[in-house]
Amino acid sequence: MNAEKSPGSRIAKHAVLGDMPVQKELTIYFEGKPLKALEGEPIMAALVAAGVTVFRYTKKGSPRRMFCGIGRCTDCVMTVDGVPGVRTCVTEVREGMRVERQQGVGNWNIQAEADHA
Amino acid sequence: MSNNEALKTTGAPSLEELRAVGQLASEEEMEGRGCLCIECIEEIPCNPCQTSCPQGAITVGFPITNLPVIDRTKCTVCGLCIPACPGLAITIKSVKDDRARVRFPWEYLPYPSVGDTVRMVDRLGRELCDGKIVSIINPERNNKTAVITAEFPRKFVQDAISIARRNIDV
Amino acid sequence: MRNDGKPAVVVGAGPAGLCAAIELKKAGAPVVLMDENAKPGGQLFKQIHKFFGSREHKAGIRGFDIGKELLAESLRLGIDVRLKTEVVGIESGLKVWAVEDRSKSYTLDAGKLILATGATENALSFPGWTLPGVMTAGCAQTLINVHRVLPGKKVLMVGSGNVGVIVAYQLMQAGARVAAVIEALPRLGGYGVHTAKVRRAGVAFHCSTTILRAEGKEGVEKAVIAKIDEKFRPIPGTEQILDVDTICLAVGLTPSIELSCLAGCRQIYVPELGGNMPAHDDYMRSSNESVYVVGDIAGVEEASTAMEEGRLAGLHAAWAMGYMDDQTMKTRTNETRERLQALRQGVFGQKRFAAKERILAMRKDA
Repeated sequence: MNAEKSPGSRIAKHAVLGDMPVQKELTIYFEGKPLKALEGEPIMAALVAAGVTVFRYTKKGSPRRMFCGIGRCTDCVMTVDGVPGVRTCVTEVREGMRVERQQGVGNWNIQAEADHA
Repeated sequence: MSNNEALKTTGAPSLEELRAVGQLASEEEMEGRGCLCIECIEEIPCNPCQTSCPQGAITVGFPITNLPVIDRTKCTVCGLCIPACPGLAITIKSVKDDRARVRFPWEYLPYPSVGDTVRMVDRLGRELCDGKIVSIINPERNNKTAVITAEFPRKFVQDAISIARRNIDV
Repeated sequence: MRNDGKPAVVVGAGPAGLCAAIELKKAGAPVVLMDENAKPGGQLFKQIHKFFGSREHKAGIRGFDIGKELLAESLRLGIDVRLKTEVVGIESGLKVWAVEDRSKSYTLDAGKLILATGATENALSFPGWTLPGVMTAGCAQTLINVHRVLPGKKVLMVGSGNVGVIVAYQLMQAGARVAAVIEALPRLGGYGVHTAKVRRAGVAFHCSTTILRAEGKEGVEKAVIAKIDEKFRPIPGTEQILDVDTICLAVGLTPSIELSCLAGCRQIYVPELGGNMPAHDDYMRSSNESVYVVGDIAGVEEASTAMEEGRLAGLHAAWAMGYMDDQTMKTRTNETRERLQALRQGVFGQKRFAAKERILAMRKDA
């Protein structure tokens, strides 16, 4: 399994956009492992920056990641804080957020949701 | 009228296509202080080259899809139009003895430094020869489009258009 | 109060919606601008290149700077911008059903409705197209220019229209290599100045070429491309294997027409502007007189045309609601149409101009 390893990375310097502005860091948990994210960015960006290539597996076990990146296609959905089917491309990271690879349509982890609330 | 076969299949205009619309400068025109070269051979709605020129040396007129026409008697080769062109299609070329220079727009990191040896490329991105960076400017008004001047052997002057990107794996 | 005080509701805070809301507010009309995203601007903030056009179209200014200008203006005007607000329904009598922050549901009676919902990028299916690493060009553009993360290091771009060529260039600016840009048609689609700057950076363009398949286990590792004949059938023996980790699809966009369907707007089919879309008149009014459609929903064009269409609708809606006199509306909409016209000329604009003319004719027949 090399699903965690990928050529993703942050673009620190850019001829047109300039240096990446300093943003507050926060921690999210991907598959239980802590991972640095930047305040205001969607889950998708934090995962790409960390080199995560597989966001979910379909019922038949086929891997998926993001496709449209703007909330239209739902290819990037994951289980977030126990709620499956969350579009990671348009959902902002939150301190302590738990992000899980979804299998098929996923399961509602009601307890996790209640804990969060 | 040409159907711009080279431009529409290779991505870059051929010398013949540039010549057909009067956009291929001769080496005589490049002598001394140099001359402006605009490679804009398709009718697209765009005229910042005209509005950026303090001398009124570039005319697009109406409709704004006309191809730009340069009045060489008015052009002072100041280069203000180079970063103004959204298509990055303007250069200034000059020749003196066996050397040539090209001033061109550049929007990639890393920027080269003055004195660096670089690889000159042609319109198809093929490396032609070594060149030396003579100057690089990127004032506020350029809005992030740097303007670089490189020097190289004169025999490549019609083909050389830019430099190869370096250190791509950042 | 005029118009019973019901506001004009603008759905979509991209270039078209922002411009419509700005014109309404400037005229003194009550306006509510809704957008499902956390930030306004639509897709403008991922456009980091300098725009074409002339000075009045903001030529030479980079897209995201135009976005910042529009946002500043809407803030200065005090427009009621409701973010994270999805419009999920339009009921008769122009009741707009909105859901805020995925939790709070409410309806709002609109005096006029302006739909600026944009368009969705098309997919292209081939074996392996669902693999991680295959994404739309706009997705890659959002990642690199808005979120500043690079989804891959070596990219194949499928489609040579302006979107494909511009994103190929911007991927290189972000530090990636572009292995090739392929195009199914015999000629490249995008502006020559765009293809020229990508070509001189060493990127190969392959016309009459398609992608046969993407290969890889948990993500793209290879792309197989091949030449196609005049009937778009792959030519055996022309296969080429490219070592890429990312495949970007720039194969056109389709107007996002869902809300216009709910609002009962008559739909027409205009393939050169993206497929099905609501018919509209030259003030951008749909077949439902109270509903305007502006920007890509009314035919896929560009941000520059979207802004002008937004202004047209905003001006006319302000007039229709009683906030602008006849003469001002006529003069300003005529000026706006002239600017639109200027953007629809030349080899690239003619086709769009003709298609737009056809839409107007169809609207009259309605």
